[in-house]
Amino acid sequence: MSRFRKKTTSDIAIERLKLVLIHDRMGTSPNSNIISMIKKDIIDVISSYVEIDVDNFEVEITKVPKPNNTYESKLVANIPIKKIKQGGRDSF
Amino acid sequence: MENTIVVTSGKGGVGKTTTVANLGAGLALEGKKVALIDTDIGLRNLDVVLGLENRIVFDLVDVVEGTCRLQQALIKDKRYPGLFLLPAAQTRDKMAVSPAQMRDVVAELEKEMDYVLIDCPAGIEQGFKNAVAGAKSALIVTVPEVSSVRDADRIIGLLNSTGIDDVALIINRIRPDLVKKGDMLAIDDTLDILGIDLIGVVPEDEHILRSSNLGEPALIDKKSMAGKAFKNISKRILGEDVEYLDLKVKGLFGRLFQGK
Repeated sequence: MSRFRKKTTSDIAIERLKLVLIHDRMGTSPNSNIISMIKKDIIDVISSYVEIDVDNFEVEITKVPKPNNTYESKLVANIPIKKIKQGGRDSF
Repeated sequence: MENTIVVTSGKGGVGKTTTVANLGAGLALEGKKVALIDTDIGLRNLDVVLGLENRIVFDLVDVVEGTCRLQQALIKDKRYPGLFLLPAAQTRDKMAVSPAQMRDVVAELEKEMDYVLIDCPAGIEQGFKNAVAGAKSALIVTVPEVSSVRDADRIIGLLNSTGIDDVALIINRIRPDLVKKGDMLAIDDTLDILGIDLIGVVPEDEHILRSSNLGEPALIDKKSMAGKAFKNISKRILGEDVEYLDLKVKGLFGRLFQGK
C-alpha cells in the first residue's frame, strides 16, 4: 500500500473484517480454555503492529524443572510474523 | 459445481432468492430441467419473485406431510420449459420440515431433474439446516459490505462442517463507482478475505426491482446488466468459461488485476 495514498473507508473495512474474522473463526471451534483466550488477546494487541501467521501461532504453558525439585511455569509464545506494519495502530 | 446446489448467505436481503430465480431461468433457457425449492417456510418469496404466486396449490410442507405427491406440488413455469418450482408453505414455520425429510424430497427431485437449486433462508437455524440437508454444493451470495462478508464467512465454516466444501462466491450489488472511490470493497479484497472461488459478480441494477415488480427474472431483460451477469453465472455452472462483464471501471478488481 503506497505511503502516499490516504486510507479509504474500504481499507479500514478490510482491516476490521480481517481482525473480526480471526476471532469469529477461532470461536467456532469448541475450545475456550485459557490458552485460546490468551491467544486471542495476543493477536488483538499485536495485530496493529505486525501481521501474524495465525495458523502457525502457538502458545503453551511449559514446566521447566528447577534444581531444588521444583518447577517453573512459563508461558511460551511462538509468533511467526508475516509483515511488520508501518507506524502501528494510529497511522498507516 | 455439482447439480444439487444450495444458494445461501447467512445475511438476509443480499439476493439469494433473486439469484435462485435468475439462475433457474438461466439454466432452463440452456435446455436443462431445473427444480427450484423455496425452503423459507413462513416467509416464502421465490414464488412472488418468479411471478408464480397465483399457481400455488400444494407446497413443500404438504409434500413432506404426505398430503400430496411431489408431482402435484411442483409448479411448471410455462414461460421457461424445464423450470419447476416447489414453493414453501406460508402459514407454517421452519420446524414443519426436518433435514431428513428435505433429503428425501431432494433425492426424489434428483431422479427427474438436471439441476436442483435450493433457496436458503437467512440465518443459521432450522431453515438453514433444512436447506443444506440435500445439497452437494453451495453458492454463497454476498454484497461487498462488512456484515454480509462476516456472515458469509460463518456460513462457509458451517457448510464445511456439514461436509459441503464445493462452494463458490457470488458478489452481488456491486457499485463500480463506489469501488473506484474506495468506499466499497473491491472484488479481490472480498475474495482475499473469504478465501473461496468466485463464480460471478452482479452489479447493482434497477432492473432487478422492476423485474421483481413484474414477476419476471431480470435475466430476460436485455437492458439489465445484472441479468447478463446471472446469465453468465448459469453458463459457468454448466462448465463454460465465460469472461467477466466489463463494468467499466479500472480497479474494480482491486490492485491485483485478474484477467478472468
